[in-house]
Amino acid sequence: MNVLARAEAVAQGRAVPAATVRHRWLAQSPLVFVPLTTAGEAGAPLGAMIGTDRAEPTLLVVPQPLDRSLRFDFFAGLAAAVLPVVDAYADDVETEPATRNREETEVCADAPQVIVPNGAALEYVRLLGRSTRYLRTVEDPDAPHPVPVPVPLLGRWLTHWAERARTPGSALLVAMTDLLTRHWATGQSAMEDQHLGGLLGWIDPPQGMDGPAAAARAQTGRDRDGLLFSPPAGPATDPVFDNRVLAPALERYDAAKAAGATGPLRVAEADVRRLVASQLRPTWDDVWHGVDLLRALPEGGHVAERWKRDRWSFTGHRDRVRAGEPPQPKRDDAVTAAQKLAGRETAQARLFAQEALDDPLVMAARRLAGEAFAGTVLAVEMTYSEGRRPMPRPLLTLTTPDTPQADPGTKAYRALPDARSAQTAEVLTSVPQAPGTQVPAPRDGEAAGHVPSCLVTVRLTGGMGTGRVPREGSVPEVGERVTFTLFAHEPRSGPALPDPEATPWTHGGPPGTATADVPDTVTAEDFL
Amino acid sequence: MTQDRFDPGAEASAATAAILASTLHGTARGVVVDSPPGAGKSTLVVRAARELAAAGEQLMIVAQTNAQVDDLADRLATAEPTLPVGRLHGADSPPDPVLDRHPEVAKSSSVADLRDRAVVIATAAKWAYVKDVEPWRHAIVDEAYQMRSDALLQVAGLFERALFVGDPGQLDPFSVVGAEQWAGLSWDPSASAVVTLLAHNPGLPQHRLPVSWRLPASAAPLVSRAFYPYTPFRSGTGHGDRRLAFGVRGDGGGFDRVLDEAAASGWGLLELPARHTPRTDPEAVRATAAVVRRLLDRGGATYSERDAQAAPLTADRIAVGTAHRDQAAAVRTALAAAGVPAGAGGVAVDTANRLQGREFDVTVVLHPLSGRPDATAFHLETGRLCVLASRHRHACIVVCRAGVADLLDEHPSSEPVRLGVTVKFPDGWEANHAVLAHLAEHRVSWRP
Repeated sequence: MNVLARAEAVAQGRAVPAATVRHRWLAQSPLVFVPLTTAGEAGAPLGAMIGTDRAEPTLLVVPQPLDRSLRFDFFAGLAAAVLPVVDAYADDVETEPATRNREETEVCADAPQVIVPNGAALEYVRLLGRSTRYLRTVEDPDAPHPVPVPVPLLGRWLTHWAERARTPGSALLVAMTDLLTRHWATGQSAMEDQHLGGLLGWIDPPQGMDGPAAAARAQTGRDRDGLLFSPPAGPATDPVFDNRVLAPALERYDAAKAAGATGPLRVAEADVRRLVASQLRPTWDDVWHGVDLLRALPEGGHVAERWKRDRWSFTGHRDRVRAGEPPQPKRDDAVTAAQKLAGRETAQARLFAQEALDDPLVMAARRLAGEAFAGTVLAVEMTYSEGRRPMPRPLLTLTTPDTPQADPGTKAYRALPDARSAQTAEVLTSVPQAPGTQVPAPRDGEAAGHVPSCLVTVRLTGGMGTGRVPREGSVPEVGERVTFTLFAHEPRSGPALPDPEATPWTHGGPPGTATADVPDTVTAEDFL
Repeated sequence: MTQDRFDPGAEASAATAAILASTLHGTARGVVVDSPPGAGKSTLVVRAARELAAAGEQLMIVAQTNAQVDDLADRLATAEPTLPVGRLHGADSPPDPVLDRHPEVAKSSSVADLRDRAVVIATAAKWAYVKDVEPWRHAIVDEAYQMRSDALLQVAGLFERALFVGDPGQLDPFSVVGAEQWAGLSWDPSASAVVTLLAHNPGLPQHRLPVSWRLPASAAPLVSRAFYPYTPFRSGTGHGDRRLAFGVRGDGGGFDRVLDEAAASGWGLLELPARHTPRTDPEAVRATAAVVRRLLDRGGATYSERDAQAAPLTADRIAVGTAHRDQAAAVRTALAAAGVPAGAGGVAVDTANRLQGREFDVTVVLHPLSGRPDATAFHLETGRLCVLASRHRHACIVVCRAGVADLLDEHPSSEPVRLGVTVKFPDGWEANHAVLAHLAEHRVSWRP
């Protein structure tokens, strides 16, 4: 399906939709963050644009990225831009009623959504979080290089966002390229799709240009000075910009600083700011352009439910911060790692099912893969289960153009319009039909001329209420079109893991008991 | 006996004795047994379980799939009908009815009903739900290399000491979401249980079974060399102990020639012209089905060391192995069109993942790299090829497009190397080349 869509995109010269609805949450006013890093120096930010207002981004620039105190100023500026947004969401809570397993709790009514331009910027958020969350602040008298107070807190939030972003289907921190590639298929490779400008060129080319031309212009077009029309979306910068423009400006700044003159220093600093802004602004506009494109899509049915899980995640971290817990550890312990992996696998399965239920285009891909089938009911035969209280177990015979990969006994699921959980069924037989087999024409005028390729018998096993007579509307009628999936709609999460204190001997026992790693012995080749 | 004075029976019993001694009388909390394909792993598990039970111990057995659990319970009850065995199962996955013929096998979905049984056996997934019970003194973990580290974390609290048995050469466990974040940690939840176990308990005794009883003398050297370069094993049978013969002479066509080659040498490569194809390459799928059809039509008979009489080669003794599920489905459809029964009682057609641990007389393999324009890590995975090339007792026929060797040369493996992760030898690239080089000697070209 995706290959076909990409081929169509090539033929049409512009991207084709890969989804009919929007599968990710998009906040009313997302916090857009476009970072730039310094070439050749890991974790040394050069500048950033951040804000929730597209007309007035906050510009943060480090005029000399190798100067650590200026870098800390940058972090402080970032904290001043981010933390008020977090606070604005933290106190607006709604109450979640108690359930069987949980007491009444509060959950934040909304959560701050952060949008970065691409996957590399998302990684950069993780790096910034890692480099700031342990920094010692000015409150600590022994700190050799103290940082302003809110910086470690910023690091904890950045780390939380980045960690949450690893959960499939989450939207607390998203990369614009990921959002766009989820909803449009372009005629270029997945690698090229990581270039935000090029991707937008395919999806929404400017007047008078087709997708490939717009993408090529975004990727390689340069002006008379040799600078790119559309600078890379970061965090890495264009080497030509670095060498020809930025390096001389930094040199002027350094010279002014060495001379100790405030006037030239201010001029030089303004120069660097202007240059960095010129590289950030196009990307900033591109991200908002993407937001506009996505907003035009109707929201998928399960998106709000997944966003609620993001809100829970936000609330949970808010509580941990408020409770004064230490920052996230460098490495997860065995139980936490297993817990995260299990949670993400469940989230992946849930996303897989929900996207298909929300979007016929996704369901079509599942049907093509034999993981679902849609067909017309040919016959309904009422049978009952054996036992003291016979329950209705109707047998449905369907004709479908799909070829479900279902052995007899496979479980199938069907979404019922006004039921909370899916109706369960069991596939009894799935018989491929010879081409040309006569079947009654379906009632709703299914595309004429196609040959039904499979005759499937299923037994409904649930979702019909508790009585002897099935609940109204829970058993399809002859001629009705139904869709069954062979994957569960609401995947169960696995069993609970042991407490970290009860980590078994096979996994090294409880954390903290193992002896510290012995450093490698110093050899003649060691220079550090 | 054999010319090089290698007595497979004696070697195998010596290894088994050493394993049982460490399990029953050793002091270590765990014992790890590496077993090449068909080396009597299940037999070892049954034997160890019986000896532990005979010593008055209660034990639990952890296997990975319901089919494996049912199979083990069946073997255990067959070997010792009076042993009280408990089969713990999920509420909506009832055990195989085959267990009904053993009166001493109790079946329940609640562990409380089975706690007094000498042996309780269940899948790792079911054990993970067992909470708040007195831990067992002993456990046996079967197919431990296919168990994920986080699954072991869930069940390890249930036992004090354990025997871990598995085949390191088969497919590694995997996760549907990225787990790079934990790569290099000794408790990486997506790693194999044995890797984690040994990382934390480096001193555990490790044993290895030296003889493959399944693989014929024609296959064991190749599989050992290609997939187990540092832990070689031998075939339990010599050349000439096993024979595959056909009642009907070959018609000289490509299919019959590859069958004759496989009957004579144990390996056959049916090579189709080089071409980039979709995953369910219609020509290769049809060729695969035709080979199976001819296998049955020509009245194959197998002679083995087990039996003086020839055994007819029936559909249920044949398997077709593929890399992807849609390929298996396409082969099933093609077989149905050719009038060959597939599925239960017929030819087993499945992916490498699902053929793991099973045994057949003859296998027909659709090469994972056949017709592909690229060689991804999935298709290069050592375990995948190892599973496909080590299911047979007599012969293995590979159906493949030409040009895979060139494809491999164009795609040297480029997996990132991570600190703290033990590099697995051999890598898939090398193993693929080793197998291809061997298959080239048994090549039959065929044009559709």
